[in-house]
Amino acid sequence: MSARTRPITTTAGTRPFAFSEAALAECKAIMARYPEGRSKSALLPILHIAQSENDGWLSVNAMDAVAHVMGLQHIEVYEVASFYSMYNLHPVGTYMLDVCRTTPCMLRGSDDLITHLEKKLGVHVGETTKDGMFTLKGVECLGSCGTAPMLQCGAVFHENLTNERADALIDELRARNSRTNYTDR
Amino acid sequence: MGRKLLFEHIDKPGIRGLEGYRANGGYRSVEKALKTMSPEAVLEEVKKSGLRGRGGAGFPTGLKWSFLAKPEGVPRYLVVNADESEPGTFKDRYLMERIPHILIEGMITSSFALGAKVSYIYIRGEYFYVARILEQAVAEALAAGWLGKNILGSGFDHEIHVQVGAGAYICGEETALLESLEGKRGNPRIKPPFPAVKGLYDCPTVVNNVETIAAVVPIVNDGGEEYAKIGIGKSTGTKLISAGGNIKRPGVYEIDLGITCDEFINSDEFCGGVEGRAFKAVVPGGSSVPIVPYELFLKTPAGENRLMTYESLADGGFAQGTMLGSGGFYAYNDAQCIVRSTWNHTRFYHHESCGQCSPCREGTGWMEKVLHRLEHGEGRTEDIDLLWDIQRKIEGNTICPLGDAAAWPVASAIRHFRDEFEYHVHHRQKVKDPKHFEKEPFALSRKFATA
Repeated sequence: MSARTRPITTTAGTRPFAFSEAALAECKAIMARYPEGRSKSALLPILHIAQSENDGWLSVNAMDAVAHVMGLQHIEVYEVASFYSMYNLHPVGTYMLDVCRTTPCMLRGSDDLITHLEKKLGVHVGETTKDGMFTLKGVECLGSCGTAPMLQCGAVFHENLTNERADALIDELRARNSRTNYTDR
Repeated sequence: MGRKLLFEHIDKPGIRGLEGYRANGGYRSVEKALKTMSPEAVLEEVKKSGLRGRGGAGFPTGLKWSFLAKPEGVPRYLVVNADESEPGTFKDRYLMERIPHILIEGMITSSFALGAKVSYIYIRGEYFYVARILEQAVAEALAAGWLGKNILGSGFDHEIHVQVGAGAYICGEETALLESLEGKRGNPRIKPPFPAVKGLYDCPTVVNNVETIAAVVPIVNDGGEEYAKIGIGKSTGTKLISAGGNIKRPGVYEIDLGITCDEFINSDEFCGGVEGRAFKAVVPGGSSVPIVPYELFLKTPAGENRLMTYESLADGGFAQGTMLGSGGFYAYNDAQCIVRSTWNHTRFYHHESCGQCSPCREGTGWMEKVLHRLEHGEGRTEDIDLLWDIQRKIEGNTICPLGDAAAWPVASAIRHFRDEFEYHVHHRQKVKDPKHFEKEPFALSRKFATA
């Protein structure tokens, strides 16, 4: 959601955040990709790493750590984090289910899929299940129009979904119970 | 069946890896360019080919390259726009996922022509897994000496980096993309200066779409004239079209520019016709281009067969034509509601407006609100003229084309399907059922009912 800068969460962000050694090394490597004096270019990739290391969302502490590592003002990080829709500014469930709802998906039944998922999970779009397992998010075109309807969970696209296939996916994810991130390899 | 230039080897085993790609003639264009051609000669071939930007605008690539400023001692950059976010478009993802080395090869050859020592692929964040495939391809190319210092002993150095975005349609606009690549919010810049003079890090930069850069490979291999033999007039070569919506065979097709629209949508080689019902409307080039009734997609206003070319699709202007755009093609069957789809389009643009320009920031939200109430049985007759008025005030009044892109789908929907909007005002109870046209399709506009 770009048009309105989304508010960052200050209340739930009190838990300390520190990059793991491996993540810190990756951040440094990314910053070295750019010409001298241009390491701010690494901000988006590094925010992705921070989000993956902070249970899938960016707390103020996580963003401040990014500012520290990159030598940026805090506001330079906040303003970017609040612009891009893949950065979650509030706590999220173990799994983010990003369901595409843009027109080409709509033509192939994404409205029905969303209704089904809302019923199955007992939440509305934008909410997290009570057990903290799933956050259901409506997103805009994911470039998967030929295999619609679909959803993204972590780095994986789940395509050509029917209600049955969506149910099976949810059951499988619930049984696995381990966080997925966009940065997963 | 037309020639396949980009997809010729796409189904070969192992084509995703360097070995398989090489075994099918990969990296020949780099050898040819670096060993036997000057940068100017490569540019000349691209000019001769007539290649036009495949991201949507269709600007001649050779001309764009020739604008690149070349001040002494200042680095130049090539940035590949892999931010593919135009609704309906998934061709670049398919290409990068299946045959990533064709993009890397095209980047090396193009960078040689442009004199760029560093290039970046800016790929949308949602395609993280594709970014991993590209990173792997870059690593393979580097290890095999196709990248790095003194490539093939030519003295040409080149490195490629893959950069992921984080979810913002606007970053497909080239100056917003550059802002984002610099680690900022994706707010488009005021032009001029154009990126060719002042782009990434204030240096001369060429920004090209994935498919455009991939097309440089066959152009250099076979020569620009050979490429230009395919197609009609100023629409040369092949184009990737990603087809979705209510068709029988969704997928990505490489077509010769110039086949008829009828062949594309109805033949079994491509879309295979409609699934179950009748076609109602078509968006041929991504959600930003005008929607047209099916009959007007098949025939120009003069009654001639419409062709899949930049010119033929635009025949009739905005009143009766549309655009080839990015090749994000989707078709509607008669169960679909144009008001609902227009509301959906508008929600997308409202969500994706960067917020810099008031007409777009406020206008897209306003249109969404009005369309929402029309579609949910709370509309008023004056809402239709209100919508028309709002879109007119957005178009042309914003820094970047997102404003126009938000206005055109609304304008074209009202222009061609006004009676469907009126139906929503007069049948408020009926349209409260989200599938109001499924059992009882809306009779097509009088003007086109018998075409």
